[in-house]
Amino acid sequence: MSPNNRTGLLRSELLTLFRRLRTLMMLAVLAGVPILLAWAVKAFSGPSGPQEGPPFLYQVTSNGLFVALTALVVTLPLFLPLAVGVVAGDSVAGEANQGTLRYLLVVPTGRTRLLAVKLASVVIFGACAAFTVALAGIAIGAVLFPLGQVTLLSGDTIGSGTAFVRALLVAGYVGVSLAGLGAVGVFASTLTDVPIAAMATTVTLAIASQIVDAIPQLHAVHPWLLSHYWLAFGDLLREPMYTADVTKGLWLQLGYLAVFGTLAWARFTTRDILS
Amino acid sequence: MTDAIVTRGLTKRFRGGQVAVADLDLDVPPGSVFGFLGPNGSGKTTTIRMMLGLAAPTAGQVQLLGESMPAGSAKALPRVGALIEGPACYPFLSGEANLVRLDMADRTADPKTRPARVDQALERVGLLAARRKRYKAYSLGMRQRLGLAAALLRPRDLLVLDEPTNGLDPQGTREIRALVRAVAGDGATVFLSSHLLAEVEQICTHAAVLSQGRLVANGTVDSLRAAAAGHLVVRTPDAGQAVTTLRRLGIAEVTSDGDRVVGLADSILPETACAALVADGVRVQALAVDRPSLEEAFVALTGEGFDVTE
Repeated sequence: MSPNNRTGLLRSELLTLFRRLRTLMMLAVLAGVPILLAWAVKAFSGPSGPQEGPPFLYQVTSNGLFVALTALVVTLPLFLPLAVGVVAGDSVAGEANQGTLRYLLVVPTGRTRLLAVKLASVVIFGACAAFTVALAGIAIGAVLFPLGQVTLLSGDTIGSGTAFVRALLVAGYVGVSLAGLGAVGVFASTLTDVPIAAMATTVTLAIASQIVDAIPQLHAVHPWLLSHYWLAFGDLLREPMYTADVTKGLWLQLGYLAVFGTLAWARFTTRDILS
Repeated sequence: MTDAIVTRGLTKRFRGGQVAVADLDLDVPPGSVFGFLGPNGSGKTTTIRMMLGLAAPTAGQVQLLGESMPAGSAKALPRVGALIEGPACYPFLSGEANLVRLDMADRTADPKTRPARVDQALERVGLLAARRKRYKAYSLGMRQRLGLAAALLRPRDLLVLDEPTNGLDPQGTREIRALVRAVAGDGATVFLSSHLLAEVEQICTHAAVLSQGRLVANGTVDSLRAAAAGHLVVRTPDAGQAVTTLRRLGIAEVTSDGDRVVGLADSILPETACAALVADGVRVQALAVDRPSLEEAFVALTGEGFDVTE
């Protein structure tokens, strides 16, 4: 066994994923959000008041980096979960549906290994999606608005270099925040041979989580909801960083990964592949 | 050398109680070209899925190249090339990229020899010119060829081919036949499922016949053809005497119908029977031996007609 082929399956999985037009279109749409946002602010109006529009929007004109943050806030409820839901829901069911699953398994890939690679590629795609929004936002922000010192939520100011690192940190947190949803999607994907069913289930769960999170009477379950800590990334924009909720968010995503990863494994390693 | 495939008591019952494969005992000798025959829906593909570890048997065992399945998948499957229920590839990738995808997924495949092996596999199935074309633009025949190329990516000890000539034109069918012969000539075992008897009769050394999930015949192709017994048919005005003579010669199942006398032809040469008939004063108008084709043997074993049985 040659050691340089250990990662072959993951590399081939990512190559297959990122050569697919659908994947590239989804990333293009995500990149389009900050561009639309920045253009709208630049073309009409100038600054909005602090109470208008999504968080951070009023700061966009003073610093281009805020384009990225605003874009992350507006894509988190639907666009990002939709992109992750499509890729995760398609991961196993899509292969089963087009028949390639049986050929991958007789290569042989091993079911546990294939599932681990599917899960890893979904997590990597989630991070790519978050960074696409962030980097497109930073780029268009740098073109249309000044980049300079950034005034944080805590009132402190930091240099543009530090601010850039903070923005990447936020993108990384958002990326990890999508991992749990990815695991839910992969599990849904092992239950069916119809990819669209798994995708719809995943996206529905992401929306349902946000709805439940918005009902104060259900506060007892809030800390366990997939989406509960998604917007905690604002805490990374304080000086010093407030990490309590971010840490809880990371643990929660890890928990979802472990639970739904295990469920997917239990299902996938015992099922008959008849497609 | 161990048999390439051995199954013992292999049974698959689906949820809902339908029995797809029942108590199957198969021995596929190494180096054979083994035809796996049966009408549509007789359980061929389910059997293949169990052999390759894709579906779990309800009861019984499978040994693939000496490894117990599915536990021995990692050891046995790299030595097996398979085409299962038609080809399946990524429609948005080219034929070549599809083969690379599969080869990269194989931990035991050497990445250094990959380009050469991909080229060779494409060449063997005649797809070298269409290598950069997307799979979705391939015709059914080209897809079938690409599926075969995937099975031939590495030297294999066993090829499991489920209906390999489906969708191919007569020219393509001949090429596949030549390919199977060439692969078998290199010493590999070929397990070929089909419902096309001519195909099996032409290239297989052994065959098994499946009907409604049960094995109804199993052996070398010659023995199967012979087992479908020939009949000695005599036409004569002296039918009564002919029956007496043939029975005296030890021929079984002698019956007469008007001027036609029929018996099993296996125990005696036709010229010997003729001489004895003439010696007994039987006026022989015609004497012939009816040999059934493999097709008639097949129909006799599996039943006729298009009805899909439950």
